[in-house]
Amino acid sequence: MIHILVHDKKDTVGVAVVEGIKAGQELVGWVMEDDSTIKVKAANDIPIGHKVATKDIKKTDTIIKYGFDIGKAVADIKIGEHAHVHNIKTKRW
Amino acid sequence: MISSKTTFMGYRRENGRVGVRNHVLILPVDDLSNAAAEAVANNIKGAIAIPHPYGRLQFGADLDLHFRTLIGAGANPNVAAVVVICIEAGWAKLVVDGIAKTGKPVTGFGIEQHGDHDTIMRASKVAKEYVQWASEQQRVECPISDLWVSTKCGESDTTSGCGSNPTVGSAFDKLEPLGVTMCFGETTEITGGENIVADRCATPEVRAQFMKMFDRYQDLIERHKTSDLSDSQPTKGNIEGGLTTIEEKALGNIQKIGKKCKVIGVLDKAEAPTKPGLWFMDSSSAAAEMVTLCAASGYVVHLFPTGQGNVIGNPIVPVVKLTANPRTVRTMSEHVDYDCSGLLQREKNLDQTGDELLEVMLRTCNGRLTAAEALGHNEFVLTRLYESA
Repeated sequence: MIHILVHDKKDTVGVAVVEGIKAGQELVGWVMEDDSTIKVKAANDIPIGHKVATKDIKKTDTIIKYGFDIGKAVADIKIGEHAHVHNIKTKRW
Repeated sequence: MISSKTTFMGYRRENGRVGVRNHVLILPVDDLSNAAAEAVANNIKGAIAIPHPYGRLQFGADLDLHFRTLIGAGANPNVAAVVVICIEAGWAKLVVDGIAKTGKPVTGFGIEQHGDHDTIMRASKVAKEYVQWASEQQRVECPISDLWVSTKCGESDTTSGCGSNPTVGSAFDKLEPLGVTMCFGETTEITGGENIVADRCATPEVRAQFMKMFDRYQDLIERHKTSDLSDSQPTKGNIEGGLTTIEEKALGNIQKIGKKCKVIGVLDKAEAPTKPGLWFMDSSSAAAEMVTLCAASGYVVHLFPTGQGNVIGNPIVPVVKLTANPRTVRTMSEHVDYDCSGLLQREKNLDQTGDELLEVMLRTCNGRLTAAEALGHNEFVLTRLYESA
């Protein structure tokens, strides 16, 4: 069972691809770029489609997904934590 | 697996273009003509009216786009014949003359000096002849290079970028070498991935045209925005689905153009492409507006990836919807034409899902109704550029 999907090895977040991920759950992540597997422990409940940090991220760090810049952290995000609009903002507009 | 030998059964029109549907369209030029157009469609089985709220006191580029969209909708090869109704006979003639260039049957009616009753009666008589004539048109075997395929995603979430959008990209990568004419757009939803699209442009000239369209839309947003746009892009539905920023949405969005396709040209809204290959159309990212513009440009089938679940259809073109989100497959199955959620569990790869999507698309082109067609989704939405005079 794959719980989270990571596009690129450089990415700092992965996407939950199953429903009902609970805090404390051990997540299996599939890194699509090189077909490798990672493991992350969920720190929060993660709804399907939402992101989880796959690395420790500091406030103001750039968030990497698809190997590209998708915005900046506006709070520290620890590995396994829910990463979304409460701790990430766009750099545009 | 598709190849250059792949064929489909379509309607070859008078101008050589091939349609996959055989509609008789009752086309109102303006808001005032909707009632008469809908009455004609009610009278004549198999005729469809496409009511809309605009067409009065528009001017300049906005009026040009209005006419280009209506003429394009009527000229689309999915349409066998057209009845045009307008409050003023002069503008009905303008639209009729535009559609008549295709060689298909088209007749226009002005309501002034006749009233609704007389107009509806005369237009219904013509529509009846058209429906009977159209019903005798036969599908013929056509090479896949006769297909024009457009794409736009909607109600996206993170699974769109993981699964349904790259599945369309895989399909486009397979269609491009076969001489198929394709298009994508959604100018603002490329924000954050614009350099990736620019790098895909086939020539420096196309790249410059693309960046000009992209920059123009960015200026428009800067001029009109009242906030950081985070209420609109990403949308509430996108955020609910896990998309956080416009950059993330854009990088998912552009998975639709695959890994190999080159952008060979850029189109203004509702402008027809002039050769096979992948085109970028400067367009809104609103689903029904974009699909309507694609129909007006002459595209005959549309691939629509969704994450959270969109219900869209179009009266001119069949809209094939696909999703990789297993929750959407579970909760909105009646709207899903193709389920590619197996990708997210590594049960399938993009090569397989691209092939499977193309199979669904070809069955649709051969006549199978899409979910949206079966459910009666007929969203026809005109793009406005600015306020009326």
